[in-house]
Amino acid sequence: MVLVSGLRHSYGSGSMRRQVLQDISLRVDPGEVVLLTGPSGCGKTTLLTLIGALRQVQEGSVQLFGEELRDASRSSRLNLRRRIGMIIQGHNLLRCLTAEQNVQMGADLLQGVSYRARRDRSREWLRAVGLSDHLGKLPHDLSGGQKQRVAIARALAARPQLLLADEPTASLDSRTGREVVELLKSLAKDQGCGVLMVTHDPRILDVADRLVQMEDGQLSQGAYAIE
Amino acid sequence: MLGPLWQGRRIPLAWLLLTRQPVRLLVALAGIAFAGILMFMQLGFRDGLFDASVTIHRLFDADLVLISPRSSSSVSMAGFPRRRLVQAMADPAVEGITPVHWNLLLWRNPENRATRSILTLGFEPSDPLFIDPTLQPKAKLLQDRGRVLFDERSRPEFGPVAEWFRQGCTVESEIGGKRVRVAGLVALGTSFGADGNLLTSHETYLKLLPNTPPGSSEVGLIRLRPGSNAAAARERLQRQLPDDVTVLTKDGFIAFEQNYWRTSTSIGFIFTLGAAMGFVVGCVIVYQILYSDVSDHLPEYATLMAMGYRLPTLLGVVAREGLLLATFGYLPAYAAGQGLYLLVRNATQLPVTMNTTRALTVFTMILVMCMASAVLAMRKLGDADPAEIF
Repeated sequence: MVLVSGLRHSYGSGSMRRQVLQDISLRVDPGEVVLLTGPSGCGKTTLLTLIGALRQVQEGSVQLFGEELRDASRSSRLNLRRRIGMIIQGHNLLRCLTAEQNVQMGADLLQGVSYRARRDRSREWLRAVGLSDHLGKLPHDLSGGQKQRVAIARALAARPQLLLADEPTASLDSRTGREVVELLKSLAKDQGCGVLMVTHDPRILDVADRLVQMEDGQLSQGAYAIE
Repeated sequence: MLGPLWQGRRIPLAWLLLTRQPVRLLVALAGIAFAGILMFMQLGFRDGLFDASVTIHRLFDADLVLISPRSSSSVSMAGFPRRRLVQAMADPAVEGITPVHWNLLLWRNPENRATRSILTLGFEPSDPLFIDPTLQPKAKLLQDRGRVLFDERSRPEFGPVAEWFRQGCTVESEIGGKRVRVAGLVALGTSFGADGNLLTSHETYLKLLPNTPPGSSEVGLIRLRPGSNAAAARERLQRQLPDDVTVLTKDGFIAFEQNYWRTSTSIGFIFTLGAAMGFVVGCVIVYQILYSDVSDHLPEYATLMAMGYRLPTLLGVVAREGLLLATFGYLPAYAAGQGLYLLVRNATQLPVTMNTTRALTVFTMILVMCMASAVLAMRKLGDADPAEIF
């Protein structure tokens, strides 16, 4: 599903050039939950944006669903993005939309699905993350944890085949954090969806099928190794 | 047909972006409405002016009109030999003629003695002058010397003539030091050139203006036999008559007057410029609103792009915001335009009315204004980098 090999990435140019990723190789299979940990600033987020087809690959290879991302055009990267669910730390909900409408922005990406079906789907996911009482609330009126759960529901409503999550439990208490992670895991198992999660949260490490450590732009353990 | 569309609908993002910020929306709509009102007023004044300049011209019962080539407009009509009008009678198509004196004279307000120039038409009371048949019986009143018919739609600065007359008073005043008595009222209307109108007999007119060369007229009305071709008759007469007269059709006479105001004065230009300024002001306001809207929501737009929304889809959101602003800004502008036109009509007696052409023109301008601003604001969307959202 995701196959990264020999990936290098750097920012800036000339003497300001700074290497962020060095020779990364990583693999995420369908139905697998991979946790990526490491100190901040080690390049985890850059790796996520590269796998998420948000950034142009410079050197090495990233394959998503069998398609090579390097030298991929803007529009083919965009099409790939529709198959990826992203859960972002800053959650970036649309302030002018209610929780339900935010989730439906994700569901609206599905082609050929009727309005009613997309709406029902949105409500279903909001119920799954425990927000069925807050459908009509604006992000402004939701707590940080609730917003995070809306963002998760939004990512899931688009029926993703791969889920990229950046600290999904950071603003949740341990019980809801646990629930959310269990939810992601069951999704991975039921729908054969791959999950790559960046986290610092030691409470959820046990849900991982595989743990990957990252330091100074390098994976300290062979990504293929543990099982 | 509608079913699939209805089922295919998406979250109305443009609508929600606008309506969830009611204060900003109100400011935007107020700005657009203001620009629209400005355009309505300026264009209304301009068209009203061109219309008003021919209030009297339209009333004449004539197919062809003779004027002097030295006449430039209703405010400076020169005389031509009345013989030419009689000569025109020789043409087989001509049925009747009416020589008309036309000049601006000083009318003394009977209430406060102030003088003001008023358009005075002198004609033979037995001759047809206006299309309106109700003038004919009143014209008989002019057969006595020193009698005038006063236009009740004249500006109030001429004095409460119509009121006094209706109360049964004998209203007398002075024109050029000569006493005249109001014998009746007519309803004609003011124009930019004339604040009021007065009708009088040929004889009285010569008494008021003793220096008028005998045998001259400012306007000659020619009525053709029914079924005659006015344009052909005009050509024929213009060829036959010496070049000390110009032959115009009635429409040509109207165009002659409007053309003067359009080209020989700065008025048309001024009002068009005013409308253009309204347009520019509107552009600036809408651009500000849309630009700050895009800037404020840049991270959200970036998120949508990261989720897989295409740039054209997001451009469409901004375009739809522009469209909504145009529509909802236009409605109050239209309503206010109607109200202000009524106000202007009452205050100035100018025929400023809403017409379909102008309503559509202003809507098109507002639409162009909003869409152009939307296109400019869209450039900001290019700054939305989905890689920056993490």
